[in-house]
Order: sequence, then C-alpha cells, then structure tokens
Amino acid sequence: MRTAVLTKVFPTRSHTVAAQGGVAASLGNSTEDNWHWHMYDTVKGSDWLGDQDAIEFMVKKANEVVVELEHFGMPFDRTDNGKIYQRPFGGHSQNYGQTPVSRSCAAADRTGHAMLHALYQRNVRANTQFFVEWMAMDLIRNADGDVLGVTAMEMETGEVSIFHAKATIFATGGAGRIYYSSTNAFINTGDGVGMAARAGIPLEDMEFWQFHPTGVAGAGVLITEGVRGEGGILRNASGERFMERYAPNLKDLASRDVVSRSMVTEINEGRGCGSDKDHVLLDITHLSPETINKRLPGIREISIQFAGVDPIKAPIPVVPTCHYQMGGIPTNYKGQVVVPKDGNPNVPVAGFYAAGECACASVHGANRLGTNSLLDLLVFGKAAGETVVSDFKSGQLTLKPLPENAADVSLARIARLESQTNGEDVHEVRLEMQRTMQKHAGVFRFADILKEGVTKILEVAERAKKTQIKDKSKVWNTARTEALELDNLIEVAKATMISAEARKESRGAHVRDDAIDCAETPNGRDDKNWLKHTLWFSEGNRLDYKPVNLQPLSPEVEPIALAKRTY
Amino acid sequence: MSSKRTVQFKIYRYDPDKDDKPYMQDISVELEESDKKLLDALVRLKAKDDTLSFRRSCREGVCGSDAMNINGKNGLACLTAIDELAQPITIRPLPGLPVVRDVIVDMTQFFKQYHSIKPYLINNDPAPERERLQTPEDREELNGLYECILCACCSTSCPSFWWNPDKFVGPAGLLAAYRFLADTRDQATGERLDNLEDPYRLFRCHSIMNCVDVCPKGLNPTKAIGKIKDMMLRRAV
Repeated sequence: MRTAVLTKVFPTRSHTVAAQGGVAASLGNSTEDNWHWHMYDTVKGSDWLGDQDAIEFMVKKANEVVVELEHFGMPFDRTDNGKIYQRPFGGHSQNYGQTPVSRSCAAADRTGHAMLHALYQRNVRANTQFFVEWMAMDLIRNADGDVLGVTAMEMETGEVSIFHAKATIFATGGAGRIYYSSTNAFINTGDGVGMAARAGIPLEDMEFWQFHPTGVAGAGVLITEGVRGEGGILRNASGERFMERYAPNLKDLASRDVVSRSMVTEINEGRGCGSDKDHVLLDITHLSPETINKRLPGIREISIQFAGVDPIKAPIPVVPTCHYQMGGIPTNYKGQVVVPKDGNPNVPVAGFYAAGECACASVHGANRLGTNSLLDLLVFGKAAGETVVSDFKSGQLTLKPLPENAADVSLARIARLESQTNGEDVHEVRLEMQRTMQKHAGVFRFADILKEGVTKILEVAERAKKTQIKDKSKVWNTARTEALELDNLIEVAKATMISAEARKESRGAHVRDDAIDCAETPNGRDDKNWLKHTLWFSEGNRLDYKPVNLQPLSPEVEPIALAKRTY
Repeated sequence: MSSKRTVQFKIYRYDPDKDDKPYMQDISVELEESDKKLLDALVRLKAKDDTLSFRRSCREGVCGSDAMNINGKNGLACLTAIDELAQPITIRPLPGLPVVRDVIVDMTQFFKQYHSIKPYLINNDPAPERERLQTPEDREELNGLYECILCACCSTSCPSFWWNPDKFVGPAGLLAAYRFLADTRDQATGERLDNLEDPYRLFRCHSIMNCVDVCPKGLNPTKAIGKIKDMMLRRAV
C-alpha cells in the first residue's frame, strides 16, 4: 500500500499547531479520573446531540493515543513524579459534574505545536511521501457514488493532477474563516467540507459553531481556556467574577457555550469593559509570575503582542470569537464517511474516510469541550487509518476505473477564473460573507435575523460564482487559491445559515430567542422534535435529518440519560 | 488616536511567468485603525493588488509561514508592529534561498538540513504501557528548543548557511539536533554526534549570532550549538 499526503501548507503549519491548552485523557495523573466521567462530561457538553457510540469509543481510546504521542517524543510537561502534567479545563469534571478534574494533558500552552511537530517528526522517520503546497480541489466520484480520489493543484506550477486512489481520507480541518472574527488561521477555509458538499455528500449539524470565550478583543487571537484552568478569572467592568452567577458550580470552567453567552449577556447589559464596553477581562494577576512563565508562556507572549498587555501586571481584554466547527462530513466511529441510502441513514461511502474538525463523528454534538478536539483528531485519525488498512486487507478497496470526466469540474473552475470579466472581487465577497455570518448566526440567534441571513447568504453565494482575479500567473497564484477557497467557504456558510434557521430550538452553541426555557423544553431544548442530526445537501439546499445514537458502543455501558444541562 | 494612516512600502516583486528579472515596487496602502502588524498591512495591500504573493497562515507567530526580510532583518510579518518600522518598509524574500515568486522562497534546502539530523525521538526499548517518566527538571532541558516553528529566519540570516547550505546544517537544524540530544528519553546520542562530526555540518558555526538576533520565538540556537560542541569535546577526552 502506498500513501500520498497532500497538504496546502508545509505540514507543521497546519492549524493544529495553534492549539494551546491540552488534549483530554483520563490518565488520572493529578486527580482521580476515569473514562466514564469523561464520557458523561462529553455527552452533557454536547447537549446530548453527540453520538454515544462514538463518544464511548473516543474517551476509551484517549489514554492509549496520548501515551503513544509521548512515546513518539512529544514534550509534555511533567508532574513531580515524572508523569504527563494535566490541568483542569472547562466542562471536565469528577464524579459526573461535581468538581473540576485535571484531565488536559499539556505541553505548557503550546500543546498543539508540540503535538503537530511530534507527529510530523514521526512521519519523517517513516519516510512518508508528502505533496507539500498542493491544494486539493474536487472529490472524484463514479456513477455509484464511490470515491476514487481527488484533483489537486500544485501551487508552485499551477498544474492540476488527478490523485487516483483506493482510499481517500480527509483531514482538512474546519472553516472558521466564514466568520468575520475568528481565532482560526487564514488557511481554515473548510476545503474538504466544501469539496464533499459539492460532490453530493451531506453536511451534518453545521448550525453548531463554537464561539471561544477568550479571543483577544480586536485581534481575535486565541487565549487558551487553560488560563482559566490554571486559575484565571473573568471579570466585568465592576471587577465582578460574573461566572459565579451563571454557573455556580464550575464557574469560569463551565462549558464554552455557557461562558460565551454569559460574557455576551454581560456586555449587552452594559457591564462590558473599555471605552466601548465591548469586552470583558481575563484576570491572572493573582497567579505568581513563575506559574505564568512556566505554564502559560505562550499566552504571555500573545497578550503582549496582540493586546499590548503583560498578563502578570494587568488583565487581558477578551471577547467570544468563532473557534470551532462542531459539524462536518458525517462519519461513524471508524472514520468512514456515511450518508443516507435506501432508508438507512448511515451507509458508508466506498473509499471515503474523514477525521478531525472536517468530520462529524459526532462526538461534540452541539458543543465541544476544550481539549476534546485534539483527542478527536488523534483517535479518529488513527481509526480512519486502521479502517483503511483493514478494508484494504479484506479486499474491499480496489482501484476502480476513473470516469472520463474526472478532472473536468476542476479544470472548468480554473478556466472560469481565467476568463471571468466584469466579475466580483474575491476579497469583497469574502468580507460580505463573513459580515453576514457574524451578524446573522452569532452567539445568540434570532428567528427573524436568521431568516434574513438565509436570503443574504444565498445572494453572496451567487456573487461568489462570478469571482474575478487580476493575477493570471501560473506560479504561486495566491489570488487563485483564495478564489478556490472561497468556493469552499461559501458551501459551509450556506450550510450553517440554512441549518441554523431551520432548527427551532436551543441546544448547545445554537441558542435562539424564540426557544422557551420551561419544563417541557429545558433551556429551550426540544428533545421531542429536535433530538436529531441535521443533514444539509448543497444541491437545492435540501435539509434532511437522522436520529442521534443514544446507545453506547458496548452493551454493558449505560447510556447517559437526557437531563437539563447546568454547570 | 488617529484612525486612517498611509504606509509606504518598497517590495521585492518577481513573477517568473512574466518578469525577466526581479524589481522593487514602490507602493502605499491606507490602513484601518485595527491594522497593527505588518501582516495586516500586507493583507490590505493584497486586497488592492491580488498579484502580491506571500505565505501566511496562523497570523499569531506559531505556524512559521510568513517569514521575510523586513527592513533588512528577518522576521515574521505577523509579529512585527507596523508602527515600529521605518518607512518605506522594505520587504524582501528571506536571503540565501531561491526565490519562487515575490517573497515566496523555495525552502527545500532548509528542510533537507532539518531532516538530516533525524528530527525524531529514537528509543529502541519496548514501549511501556504508560508514558515514559521524565522529571520536571529533565523536561525543562527541552525549553528553548522544542518551540522552534521552522520559519527559517535564523538559517537564512546565517552567513555560514548562505555559503554552504548543502553542507552546513544551519541553526534551525542544529537547534533541533540538540533538542533530541537533550531529551532523556532519547537513546541515540552517539549516533547523533557522529552525524554532526564533520568540518561543515556543525563546525561551520562561527558564533556570529545572527540567528539569536532574529529568532521570532526568542530562541538561542548558538547556545544549543555550543552545547553540542561541548558534548563532542567531552566524548573525545
């Protein structure tokens, strides 16, 4: 079996590198812990939209994959007895929600960097064949819907090639750049998600976007939740620790959606900080400079660089910022992409696998817990790889003949960009999309504003069909790359707005003004009508739904029963 | 605070598809108040002229994409404050590597050297069930080493690397070499030192210290190189 890894940027530049606070595993190195508690926290964090089979699979594999990374050389911080250092994180608890637990395995506040480099280094050792700075363009499917590979463009030459494969795994990340204010990198344009959508694969639960509570006000750069894990406190204009009112038990370490909404409520009610009262403050001035320099050195660097504040001396101005795409390409816990077919909602697409933020297994449901994303990509990345190997060995994967027109779609997209006249400016259309998403599908959502948002985003999508670029060079044409990326972003933006408008309840990160908090629908969550996954199809913007799997993988594991979510 | 301000640039431009040779372009751009870093200004420039090509990704100094030569000194555009730069701001590609287009360079040689030091943990003992233990003090030895983002600011500011990019590992690669030499979990010390025992690979470093001066992460490759030389010496006696 031969493997080609296509990557739009040099491997250590992918956005995993920016993850800060840690990766979850119930190693119990500092406080007692077990996977049952981790499973409970994850299901509750997902507001019961997560599939309990996939969640059980993930939390049970956590120790194994984290220890494996340590063996690969990842430089985790250490406890006094030499084990992997763990810190508390939002929504992670002991004993089913009772007290915070130290579950986040960390390398200072540079866990993603340490992880991505360790994984790349392991690939250097294995002599993996990378195609660096190749941009995947379109998924190739045959008449049966089987996936046969992708088309991709070498950025240095502008040449388009076909990668004809027995198996295709997407690990292409999220599309946080659909929003105006995002912690995400420029490259996070949902390329795999957009490619899948254009090729007829539905997108699951795209209405659920995580707004991270602590993006640097103005700059959007991420400040890890690990800051609160180390003892950081959020304060409003009067210096009040307001999270005590919203989450009396876990306070600043409540789930991200809860903290973000509390912050926006503080700001909306006039208790924001600064001359415009448009942010709150993250205070760690009570921590010792030694702790800050040892555990949060990167955060200190970022605060000084992007907020102009040394957190040893003064609190950091922060505001909820788009951070993570909970939805994505539907997969099962083995990493196989699944679609509805003949009445079965989860039929694997032959030859197609996905893992990480681009995929929806679904372990995060309506709201992801911090540190579960690095865990997700480790567990399901590995599962997808292992599934490909076993499918290969059992003879299920063969090289199917390419359709004649395999590259036509991609070539047509490039030809259109070459010849477009009187077109739209890529930068302008992207900005309009980002402003529309920010305004119409933010932390709090409103029925009428969502409805307007749908009309607007469809208008923006029409404009995106006519983008025009000045740069006609074949060599490193980044204008062309950005135009192609916009095609992917637009798919995600449409999916998000349309799925959000349709979901008439509040759940996790999706909170609407017209959902009522009462005994029937606690926190506005309507399990009777909406305990189901959304599936959005690009063609005709059609919506479908499929049931949530409330049944864990092992018969002996008790399902986590539905309950009102409080912290 | 003033809201709008205009910044003058002198930018190295070269598109092999249409230019016979590189040239310096004079261009200015009006900034918004929220534009603080050089990268913000370059993005603004690109919105005006989409043919300007540069790499960028995380915009927070951790991915290492947007290294370039800024007013004569290598650095990351995303961590460089516009207001601290003399104008016109002169932007050139990283020195010493072949230019592909504008400020995009071919980094093959740089990564080849990084790969040459076997940048991965070597430990041939059977993997234990749980993590290998390491004291906090031993772990601290890796601080100042593992944080490298492979931006190449250091190696492309090093005269020894300019002269012998194929033979001298360069500061980034040597920093990585010491990162593994310093790791108590790694068992390949002898093999790693053998790999560097050569008139060029390690010993072309003459402690000029440009690398330390430009590292956007505040790392000190010269110090790490000194420690490798010490290990070599101790091994010899």
